[in-house]
Amino acid sequence: MRFLQLYNYEIAIFLAMVGLYIVVSRGNLVKKIAGLSMFQTSVFILYISMGVVDGGSVPILTEGVTRYSNPLPHVLILTAIVVGVATTAVALSLVIRINEAYGTVEEDEVHQQDESF
Amino acid sequence: MLHHTVLRVIAKLLVPVILLFALYVQFHGEYSPGGGFQAGVIFASGIILYALVFGLDDTMRALPPGVLKILSASGVLLYAGVGLDTLLLGGNYLDYDWLADSPTHGQHLGIFLVELGVGITVASTMLLLYYAFTGREQGQ
Amino acid sequence: MSLDHAIDILLLAFMAVIALAVVRLRDLFGVAMLFSVFSLLSAGVFTIMDAADVAFTEAAVGAGISTILMLATLTRTAREEKPNVSRNPALPLIVVSITGAMLVFGTSDIPRFGDPQAPVHQHVAPRYIEDSPSEIGIPNMVTSVLASYRGYDTLGETTVIFTAGVAVMALLGMRRTRRRNGQRKDTD
Repeated sequence: MRFLQLYNYEIAIFLAMVGLYIVVSRGNLVKKIAGLSMFQTSVFILYISMGVVDGGSVPILTEGVTRYSNPLPHVLILTAIVVGVATTAVALSLVIRINEAYGTVEEDEVHQQDESF
Repeated sequence: MLHHTVLRVIAKLLVPVILLFALYVQFHGEYSPGGGFQAGVIFASGIILYALVFGLDDTMRALPPGVLKILSASGVLLYAGVGLDTLLLGGNYLDYDWLADSPTHGQHLGIFLVELGVGITVASTMLLLYYAFTGREQGQ
Repeated sequence: MSLDHAIDILLLAFMAVIALAVVRLRDLFGVAMLFSVFSLLSAGVFTIMDAADVAFTEAAVGAGISTILMLATLTRTAREEKPNVSRNPALPLIVVSITGAMLVFGTSDIPRFGDPQAPVHQHVAPRYIEDSPSEIGIPNMVTSVLASYRGYDTLGETTVIFTAGVAVMALLGMRRTRRRNGQRKDTD
């Protein structure tokens, strides 16, 4: 039962580790960015899970509702999502420039070309 | 994309609705879920849908990158300017209580302006990102 | 176990499966599509967990804009991931397993999911929930915390977005409106 009570956290850890595995083990830069985004989403899930209160409702003042979920993680993650896509765009544009300079987005081939200079 | 009649008709119907919904999310964000960040991305995705179906050139003619550059800077300036205004009125930086005769009115006005600034910056920056990515000629 | 909880478990299980599929898939176009689904599912999870504002943003950003940016990148780079020969597949797996095991060990004594007595809910949040309707005067607490209590934060975040836009334009440049059929064509 303890596993089900912490289910959200376990899944968040699992997603983070899959993201980390993609970043470490794959050589393709676009795939690495996908792994980073997955890691990012897992952190979002972790934060929002922490804000949940049993029987709570959406944190918008409503007649007759006394228990609300914690609004603070929502604020932090809301801004983090938009900032996340902006920074991902910077990373992707760097990949495009790397492709123009080296003709490849595979990390190993980029290293090879660097060494052969 | 010129031959996809169904896509073109549906997009033509959907784009104004999406833009209207973005404006609703922007200005109704104090009472229902929403605000500048959400409205900005929804607005941008509406325009991007238009650009996907009708082509980048037409979209760029309607919303030139130069205008968007100015808009994306002016959103941040609007936000920072509200803070400066409260400073000049005698309060702390971004302390909206000073903006109007009563603190809650001041907060209303301050949040409205700040969210507007966020919405303008997010929408125009997202569109600029899209322009930069798709406008670039094929690499190599 | 409530219906909410059951949906939550199901959606998160879907996300875990998609994550594994992303690892296996070599077709990057497929990865981008799976990522769009992944974001949409996470938006569903956020809705179940009472975070309507966040779900909104994630649905528009994750399933919309970031997918399009990734596809735009793929059209300018390679569509297929090359199999890597030089890398040892076992080492990253060991590193990730150890890190994951330590994190699971670390979560073993944190408060259960949805516990109203958890430390997160004892400190700043009660003040926001109780005082923001009278202090700020607007019903949506997320908006009042975002724009008023944490206005400095949000100013910083907005500046980050603006800066990221400037950085992308510095890296990729901006094409003039009517030039595609003109002089640039012959350089292709």
